[in-house]
This record gives sequence, C-alpha cells and structure tokens, in this order.
Amino acid sequence: MTTINIDGSDYEVAAGENLLKAALSHHQDLPYFCWHPSLGSVGACRQCAVVQYQNPEDTRGRLVMACMTPVVDGMRVSVKAPNAVGFRAGVIEWLMENHPHDCPVCEEGGECHLQDMTVMTGHTSRRYRGQKRTFENQYLGPFLNHEMNRCITCYRCVRYYRDYAGGTDLQALGSRDRMYFGRFEDGVLDNIFAGNLVEVCPTGVFTDKPFSRTYTRKWDLQSAPSVCQGCSAGCNIFASERYGKLKRVHNRYHKDINGYFLCDRGRFGSSFVNSDLRLRQAGVRIEADLFQQVSIEAATQHLRDLADSGDVVGIGSPRASLEDNFALMSLVGEANFSCGMNDVEAAMMDQIFDLYAKTPDAVATITALERADVTLVFGDDPMNAAPRVALAIRQAARNVHFDMAVQAGVPTWQDAGVRGHAQHALSPLYIATPLPTGLDDVARQTSHAAPADLAVLGLQIADQIASPPSDDAEGFVANIARDLLAAQHPTCVCGTASAEPAVMQAFAAIITALIKAGRKPQMLCTSAEVNSFGVRRFAGLSLQGALDRMQQGSNAMVLQNDLYRREIPAMVSAALAGAGRVLVLDSFETATANAADIVLPVTTYAEHTGTVVNCEGRAQRAYQVFEAEGQDIQPAWRWLSDFEHIDDVLHACAALPAFEGLEAVSPEAGYRTATNSRVPRATHRFSGRTAATAHVSVHEPKTSVDTDTPFSFSMEGENTGQAGALIPYVWSPGWNSNQSLFKFQQEVGGSLTGGEPGVRLGFAPSKSSADGSASSRTKPATGEVNLIPHPQTFGSDELSSLVGAIVERCAPPTLWLNPDDARALGLSSRDGATWPDAKTTYLVQLSDQVTPGNALASVGVGTGQSVLPRDAVTLIKDSAFTPPPDLIARG
Amino acid sequence: MNTHTELIHTLSPEETAAIEAQIAHLPDRQSAAIEALQIVQQARGWVSDESLKATARLLDMSPAALDSIATFYNLIFRQPVGRHVVMVCDSVSCYVMGGEALAGAVKTHLGIDMGETTADDRFTLLPIVCLGACDRAPLMMIDDQLVSGPELADLTNVFERFA
Ligand code: SF4
Ligand code: SF4
Ligand code: FES
Ligand code: FES
Repeated sequence: MTTINIDGSDYEVAAGENLLKAALSHHQDLPYFCWHPSLGSVGACRQCAVVQYQNPEDTRGRLVMACMTPVVDGMRVSVKAPNAVGFRAGVIEWLMENHPHDCPVCEEGGECHLQDMTVMTGHTSRRYRGQKRTFENQYLGPFLNHEMNRCITCYRCVRYYRDYAGGTDLQALGSRDRMYFGRFEDGVLDNIFAGNLVEVCPTGVFTDKPFSRTYTRKWDLQSAPSVCQGCSAGCNIFASERYGKLKRVHNRYHKDINGYFLCDRGRFGSSFVNSDLRLRQAGVRIEADLFQQVSIEAATQHLRDLADSGDVVGIGSPRASLEDNFALMSLVGEANFSCGMNDVEAAMMDQIFDLYAKTPDAVATITALERADVTLVFGDDPMNAAPRVALAIRQAARNVHFDMAVQAGVPTWQDAGVRGHAQHALSPLYIATPLPTGLDDVARQTSHAAPADLAVLGLQIADQIASPPSDDAEGFVANIARDLLAAQHPTCVCGTASAEPAVMQAFAAIITALIKAGRKPQMLCTSAEVNSFGVRRFAGLSLQGALDRMQQGSNAMVLQNDLYRREIPAMVSAALAGAGRVLVLDSFETATANAADIVLPVTTYAEHTGTVVNCEGRAQRAYQVFEAEGQDIQPAWRWLSDFEHIDDVLHACAALPAFEGLEAVSPEAGYRTATNSRVPRATHRFSGRTAATAHVSVHEPKTSVDTDTPFSFSMEGENTGQAGALIPYVWSPGWNSNQSLFKFQQEVGGSLTGGEPGVRLGFAPSKSSADGSASSRTKPATGEVNLIPHPQTFGSDELSSLVGAIVERCAPPTLWLNPDDARALGLSSRDGATWPDAKTTYLVQLSDQVTPGNALASVGVGTGQSVLPRDAVTLIKDSAFTPPPDLIARG
Repeated sequence: MNTHTELIHTLSPEETAAIEAQIAHLPDRQSAAIEALQIVQQARGWVSDESLKATARLLDMSPAALDSIATFYNLIFRQPVGRHVVMVCDSVSCYVMGGEALAGAVKTHLGIDMGETTADDRFTLLPIVCLGACDRAPLMMIDDQLVSGPELADLTNVFERFA
C-alpha cells in the first residue's frame, strides 16, 4: 500500500496504480473521459488534470494528468486547486466547441457522462461563436444509432471496439477537428460486443437503437438487478421497464462474471419479454386449433386433476428458474421429472458435473480466464455458446503484453505504452473447434475438425501432457501440451455445443492429465441456456424416457420448454399425439404449447423473481422488475405449488443435497437497508406516477407491496449502502450516468461495497454413467454427409430470437460443407440445400475447414427446431432457392 | 480461398508488384500502408473507395483500418482531384508575408474556392501547412514544383506551364 495526500487528507491506495483510479477508488469527484477501468489510460482528453506538489514547501505545484501519473508514497496532490479547476473547465469548454447542445433530443440525456462532467467543471455558458462542424451519420445496423456531432474525441469507442473487443470495422477517421468515429461505409457493425459502445461512449454518439424507438429517460425507468437469460454465462444486468414494457438492459457490474461488458445477444435480446407471442390467458383446447379462455380457478383445477391422475410426467426446462423447476419436480415426483434437455446434452452436463466435482479448485470464474497465460478453446466456439466468455478469452491473448510492460518498466495501465511496446505479441491461444471461430485472429494455432475427430485430438493432447513431447517436437498437439505444461495458469474451455460427449470426455482427460502432472489448470465449460447448470441438479427421467412415457399415454406437464427445440420433431409429435392430456406452462406461444390441451401463462424473468445457476456453478437471483400485464399470468411456481413466497420455494429447494448453500444466494424479502428502508425500483426523480394511468382512471393507483423481495415498486427507499445483489441501477449525486458505478465499488474494478452477488454451489458427481466414448460415426456413402449442429450467436437461442433487432442480425439458415463434398453433391457456394425432413432450405457455404464427409447446419434459425447430430443424411439441392443478400458488408 | 487473387482486376499488376516490393522489407503487410496508398495515388491521381478496398485486401487489413490511415494524411486524396494540385501555404511565415493575398489571387485566377476543382478538371486548389520554404514566403506548390517570388506576378504564365 501507498499513502498519498489529496487536498490535505491521507489515503491508502494500491501501489503502482494511477492517480485517477486511486482517487476514484476513494470516491473522489474527479472528472475524466478517456480513461476506462477496463481500457486503461492514454491521457487523450486532458480532463483529469490535478496539481501535484514537488515537496512540502511547494505551494504552486504543476498540472499533471491524474490518469497518466503513477502514485508514489508521500505524494501530495490537489483536485481542488484553482489552477486544476480552471484547467479542467477550459478543457471541457474546448471539447464542447462543436457539440450540438441537443441534450433534449439525445438518448444519453439524463445519464450522460459528458453532461455530468460539464456540470461538475462548472462550464455553464458557451463563448464559442464560430461555426460548428457537422457530420453525416452512418447506418450501423439494428442495434446502434450514430450521432457523430456529439463526439468529444475521447477515443474510447475505438479503444474498446478495436483494441478490447477485436473489431476491425470501426475506426478513427480523419484528423484534427474533423475526427470521425465510424465505419468505412454504412453497414452493420460486425462485432458481437458492439452494444457496449452505448455505455463506453461518454456521450450520445452511440445509443441503443431499439430503446430509442420507445424511449424513456433513465429517471423514469423502473429497474431491478437481473441476470441475462441469453446463455449459461449468467451476466448481470440492470433490466428496466416503463409502461409495462421492458425498455432496455444495461450492464450490471460483477467482478467475476461480466465485469463492465455484455454481449449483444444479451443486451438486445432480453426484451423478448415484450414479444407479441406472449401468452396472457389460460386456455383449454376445445377443437383442433381452438383454445377457450378459462379462469385461474378452472385452470388450476385442470392442473390438479392432472397431478392427481397418477400417471403424469413433468418436463422441466433449462430456461426456467430453479424455483419453477423445483415446484414442478415436487408436484410430479422425482421419478416422473425430466430436466428437459435432450439426452446428449444431459449426458454432457453430467460429464461436466463429474469433472467439476472431481477437480473443484480448477473451476474458473469468467474473468479469471482473462488472466490465463496459455489457453485452449476446445470443442465449440464460445463466441456462439456464451459470448461473454469469448471476450474474456480474447483478453487472455494479450497477457504477454503486461509481462513485457513490467519488464520494460511501463505501468500496466499505460495502455498506449503497453500496446506500443508489445506490438503484435500474443500469449498462446489454441483453438480446436469444428469451424473457424471469432477468436482465430488472436490464436497462435487452430485446428478445425468434426467433433468426433476433435475428441481424438483431445485424447492425444492428454497423452502428450502425460508423457511430454521433446522440446523440438512440432505440431499442434505437441505445442499445446508443451505450452499448457509450462504455463502458470493453463486454461481450458469447453462446452456442450458440439453435441458430442466424446469431446467432453477428451476435455476431462486433458484437465486430469494436467492435474496429474502437478499443474494447476483452470477450466470452464459452457452450455446454451441460462439455467442448464441449475436444472441438471435435479435427478429424474431422461427426456427420451419422458417422451416414451408420453407416447404410451401418460399425461404430461411441460414447463417453459418447446420440445421441438430439443428432440427430433417427428419424435416430439408422436409423444404429444400419444400422450393423455398435455399441460404446458409457458410465457410464449410455442410449437409445443400449440399442441397442448391446457396452456397456462407464466411470467418471464422480468416479471418474477427467480434463481438460476451459471456455468461457474454460481447461483444468482434475477429480481422481478415489474408486474406482468394480464391477470392470469403468474410465476410457474405459483401455478404448481402452494408456497406463499418465493423464499419458501428457495428454502425447500435448498434442502435438497444438490443445492446445499443455496439460501445464501441473496438477501431475502425481509432485508432492509441501514435506515430500515426498502430498495426502490424507481429512481428518486421518477415522474408521472399519478398520471401514467390517467387515461384509465384519474385516481392514483395504490402501488403494489412487494412481499417477495426487499424492493419497492416506487421511488420510496434507499439505493445506497445495500447488499451487492440488490442494486437496481447506479446513480450517485453528480454522477447520473453509469460511470457512477465506482461509488458502489470498494475500489474501481474491484468488489462491490455490498459484496458480490450470488453464491457458488458445489458439484457432486452425476448419478448417470455417460461413458462418452466417441459415437461411432460411420463414414457416409457418396451423396451423404454426417450432420452436425452448429449454434450461432444470433438466432440459435430461443428467447432472444423473439426480438426483432436480433432477427435482423441473424444470418440465414446455413449449411457449411467441404468444397470436395459439395462438388460431389453438385452443390456450390450460395446454393440452397435441404434434406428429406428439414424444415427449411439452407444456404450453402463452402469451407475447407469442414472435415470431409460432414455438414454443419446452423441451429434454430429459420426453423425454431433442433438440429441433432445425425449420420448419413442425403442432401438435396433446392433449385428454386434464391440466396439472400449478404447483410453484413465487411468494411 | 486466396484473398490476394480477387483484386487483380482492381489493382494493376504494376501497383501490386510495387506494393509487394515495399512489404518485402517490412515486418508485416500492414506496415506498408502509407507506401501502398502513395503507390495507388501515384497511378490513379487519388484513392477511390474501390481502390482503397483492394489495397486493404492486399495488405490484409480492414478497409476501415486503412481508411483511418488514409484520412489522417491530407496528401492522400480520398476524392478525385484535377490533373494538377495547387497548394497554397497558409502557415505563419506565408501568412505574415501576404499568403492570404496570394490565395485570393489564385482563387480569382482559377475561378474556384479552396477544396474545389476547375470545370476542365485541370486544377484542384488546396491550402497546405508550411512547405518548409519559409525563406521564399509567400508561396505555393503545384504538383511537386514550388512557385514563389517574381513568378507570382504573372499567374497566367505560371498556370500555363501545367496543361
Ligand atoms: S464517439 Fe464517443 S467514445 Fe468515440 S471518441 Fe467520440 S465521444 Fe469518445
Ligand atoms: S454472454 Fe450470455 S449471459 Fe452474457 S450477455 Fe451474452 S447472452 Fe447474456
Ligand atoms: S482521463 Fe486522463 S487524460 Fe483523459
Ligand atoms: S509558412 Fe509557408 S512555407 Fe513555411
């Protein structure tokens, strides 16, 4: 620790840190623009000036940029010195010269870092009378608006997009007062983390396009701490509502998971809550295509009858909360409950549980992946499965930069210095996946092969770790083995997306070999859905077993699960047709709901409180944001059980051995802040409370009392000093923008003052005995290929695909083929291809990275159905097919 | 697919060869960015969007990344220019010595403003920072020739030299 003196008071700060970060860690109000906790310092904006004094006698001092100045013991500085204050005011006046002063029509207004800094520095009146430069803005795709006139040239956008997220199509163009931050030409921003620009840009240049269409000021939003439903990463989000609609999602900092950034599937896909396909009434089928609306009581009676029928299977879901799954499991009994994943995925989850249980210390957090010095990405592309994980891996590829910087005596936060010194140096990142990934550009070596072949490769890597290769042995396998053995933090990432248990088996062999060799590996396994790691903890039937029983006439209750996305459609149809009565509880009209006898509407993550478990085994609570529209909608657990409060369900669930420690997930409904207050969902400036529903009744409605959580559905309460899991939005006096986060942190980039949200659960070996031997893929005959599912970032995930902006961003259903196979099949690039029971025609893409004899098909997009690994499929050319235009112009 | 084959019909073999020759003594392809832009501009007078894309492909970088370099330099022309580029210095020494009057005279003579091109595509007029010849201030540069002193008295004669 180092002691420094700021304006007469001593502060303990971390040694070697920069002065800006140190001051902010002590919650000082020091203006800045270009510095960002995850991007480091470049000293570009000159906004963070302070006065540094030479010695105790020095009364004049000299101006320094706090973000570029390392702290040293005994250092004396002033934020308040008149020349520092004057300099900062001058800087902002000059940054504001060309600014259009259009805050009233700017989506950033009210939560703008530029507004905050302008007010903080006291620049309140414009003196510049010259002509302002004006720019033309660009079309950047469905997610982001562009309004370049608001730019203050801080360079944060390109430093984030290009340097941090690896994008190449957003650049700094031009020079001097005509700097332009944009693309080469109009077009969709290519990078799947582009949405973070909304929060990274301190002004209103990049704003959330879908949000701006039905815009609400931050102060009018009602928000709650929530968890993204987009994948198993479990990124923390602030979800915000107004007028019964989920308006937008912002990043909610979690030190171990998402840090400061989300992926675009999460940020823009979370508004599926507003889908037109929402179910809002309970219905009973009276004719083939006709449901009749029934009351809650009647619907509940149907549910009871089914539960009492003596022969009912319950199919849970990895996209439903623990509480909802638990309620269903309790109702039908463990022996009749299935977790709702298909058997291949369930088997792979069991393999992960076994591996995590055997080597608990090796299970990494997501941000720990950033600290890897050698990384192996094995089996599937995390850019598709769990995008935020891929962003963490990208940072690991840069670790060598920091080692080089330390050796050269450059502080690691000196971003330009560190990058300039390291140039193109990269830490070893190896990638073994079926197709090239979005991380290949920073990989040292890649190998792309069909999953079954990857499994063989993985076992070879494990062998070579056990009997290390000689120093001069060359090749992919030898290089990986050697580098992993030499690494301080050898890091391996795998997932279930390959749908090949042998891949997971090989992955486990690599981890085991590293541990046997005395190394301390870290690993993480991802899966597609938000609660895969939670629901698989319930024992019970396989999905196949459940479908078999249905086919033989059992009744069924299906919880938030479209079975057509899980299993072969024909098999699902047969089960639904053969079943007695089928009751579906879901939030959306799905193919399964349409085939049901009884449909009950349930709330989404934004309208109820629920617990989910992410790929690190961390249980987290997503709190209810607002009350669902439609009297009949209730949380599934309310339909399914007699529990009164969500905490009661959680306690009952926590009594199961697989959920030991779950109660600690977050504070319960009775929690109050130090002043005995609730935490308000609405902001202190929330407006229109008495008028918002005046078109219905002029009487102000009574605000609902929340009996399930410590939050209020109003502005009454205290949003400060609470537990870390209970922050509904960040806001602090003088800091209206999301930059106010530092006031909720113990130190910048560190823990939240109220502690980290969530609790990591232990893992027990699974009861099943998936052997994970490579499935015997037969070599297909001529004219046939083996089909391999290939999930996409956009379009494979069920829920986000309900959102228009995400649909716009989806690539068409695509089939990747090896050029040799394509030639033999008479197919060329951009042809249409299909197979006998395919639901759509796929766009053919050729890649010599596809192992001959295989075809990779994008999952979900255009069909809403599963693609399961299948041998010997005959591909047919669809000559009526016209290829869609290539939407993402690369540039 | 070899990304370097597609551009043959957008960059000429001579341009490609000249750029490859530069790349040959540099640590990576991108380091030849400025030289490549100069080579292309030399051959075509300016760097169009299409030329820039082709050049970017040859250098293995995104068009946006190359454009960020191209647009930083005021002597890489991203818009068409006339056959001759007239650059009148507007820096301090020239300003003190009557640079504004010179610029005014040139504008009147050519009948165009700064940043414009004559209708016959013969001259483009641009301001430029110090030409490093302050001892001859005020002055201008036409293509690669400095024009100063007594010569400036007869602009008709000066511009006639550039067909
Ligand atoms: S666009 Fe935003 S982030 Fe980028 S330089 Fe301008 S103000 Fe900074
Ligand atoms: S990585 Fe997954 S959890 Fe995180 S924002 Fe993206 S979809 Fe959501
Ligand atoms: S924040 Fe220090 S110079 Fe920009
Ligand atoms: S100022 Fe014009 S040449 Fe130097």
